[in-house]
Amino acid sequence: MSSTIATQPRRQTGVVVEQVVRQFGDRVVLDHLDLTIADEELVILLGPSGCGKSTLLRLLAGLDRPDGGRVEVPARRAIVFQADRLLPWQRVLPNVTLGLHGAGAEQRARDVLAEVGLAGREKAWPKELSGGEAQRVSLARALVSEPELVLLDEPFAALDAITRLRMHDLVRALRTRHQAAMLLVTHDVDEAIALADRIVVMNNGRIGTSHEVHLTAADREASVAREELRARLLEDLGLAGQH
Amino acid sequence: MTELSLKAPAAVERPDAETTRARSREVFLPRGARRRTPLSALRERLRWPLGIYTTPVLILLAWEVLARAGAVSKTYAPAPTSIVRSAVELWQQGVLGPDLAISLQRAGIGLAIGLTAGIVSGVLGGLLRSGEYLFNGLVQVLNTIPLLAVLPLMIVWFGIDELTKVLLISFGAGVPMYLNLFAAIRGVDQRLIETARTTGAGTWRLVTRVLVPGALPGFLVGLRFSLAYSVLGLVAAETVNADQGLGFLITQGQTYLQTNQVFVGLVIYSLLGLLADQFVRALERVLLRWRPSYEAS
Repeated sequence: MSSTIATQPRRQTGVVVEQVVRQFGDRVVLDHLDLTIADEELVILLGPSGCGKSTLLRLLAGLDRPDGGRVEVPARRAIVFQADRLLPWQRVLPNVTLGLHGAGAEQRARDVLAEVGLAGREKAWPKELSGGEAQRVSLARALVSEPELVLLDEPFAALDAITRLRMHDLVRALRTRHQAAMLLVTHDVDEAIALADRIVVMNNGRIGTSHEVHLTAADREASVAREELRARLLEDLGLAGQH
Repeated sequence: MTELSLKAPAAVERPDAETTRARSREVFLPRGARRRTPLSALRERLRWPLGIYTTPVLILLAWEVLARAGAVSKTYAPAPTSIVRSAVELWQQGVLGPDLAISLQRAGIGLAIGLTAGIVSGVLGGLLRSGEYLFNGLVQVLNTIPLLAVLPLMIVWFGIDELTKVLLISFGAGVPMYLNLFAAIRGVDQRLIETARTTGAGTWRLVTRVLVPGALPGFLVGLRFSLAYSVLGLVAAETVNADQGLGFLITQGQTYLQTNQVFVGLVIYSLLGLLADQFVRALERVLLRWRPSYEAS
């Protein structure tokens, strides 16, 4: 086997996960799972609670190691968690520059904060921010390093419905400016349809089905195609007929 | 139709419910909304004007009154004013000044050694597994040994000179500092450490931006204990064998039944304790501004 030929095409893609196994004791959470994410693709990982979504995300983030198989991700990656996880003892700006070095770091952080709509809040303490603001800061912290892969672990689950819709708009706007592959984990079917290039549904520790989403912004809001997709996703999740 | 028939019994029930359960309501207005009469403004200012010193001042007042009325004998508990007078006299005689200076010097040197040892070992123990294995067992053992029980041994080892006193103080200060700092560093939220790692922050950033500030509240708790125990060590060391210092002042007062002098020493010790506490409080106000904490009403 010539490994150079094998790795050459992989460099083109954002994420390659091959036959990954992860188990906790006897419980096999990821069972020979395969997943590929292209550059600049936004993939939404959908699945019921406790199906191993977050486990997979932690493997991709490098926070955890697989028990078998292979995970290949870009070195420049960032992660946004469900909780904002800001350092309470640092103001907003140093929270964003946490992993940055160099002279232009502060200016870049200011620019990204302006992008997420938080210009002028650099000096605030995390305790002074609302839930949506705090989550936007953690989004800024992820984007400021210009990552090639952004991992989002149910980032908007703790936010109210209106704030969540605003965050969806923000994510769409940010995608036009930052070229990065994104993997967003959620259990919200509507959120998945609103944002995804591709939706993958996880079942029994594997990727069950995969749906490419080629809808316009308006069609994602309301259309026959949207309802069909939604129905298929619910079916994949084993919720058909209940909604 | 069904709606109507459902409503009817509800309407009958309603006055019943009102009579059984009083409908209490709450109204919230801005704090300044209540009329500010000169009387209420005065009351506002008079409310706890002494803060945490309220109880000590009340006790002092009662003591003074009792002493003046002759209810407590002068030999047992001289009036506070008379203690202050003795303090001034002792100062003017040139006794109190040098004694206080030598005591403060002992406390200062002891604290410096104890805090340095406690902080260095605490940081190493908290950050490194090998540091934990080196120091933790030892300090846990030392922690169970009472400060006063070590004193005889220290006198045998180091004599009755300054060294024993300074070491006793540093022992008292170092142990609680290590224990609190170790626990504080290990107690920093694992999720924050993980997050900092994913942003690409290196070890130095992790230590300076996450671990050190995260351990600060615990460090200040340790500092509070260290200062308190160092005063305790100071008293123990000076009372047993000294020819100068506050403890000597007290022992001398006891020997010659100068209760005033004993009280002067005690008052200065307690003032040192109070000062240490105020110092840590001031540090907390500056260093822990980020922390949303409970402020009692």
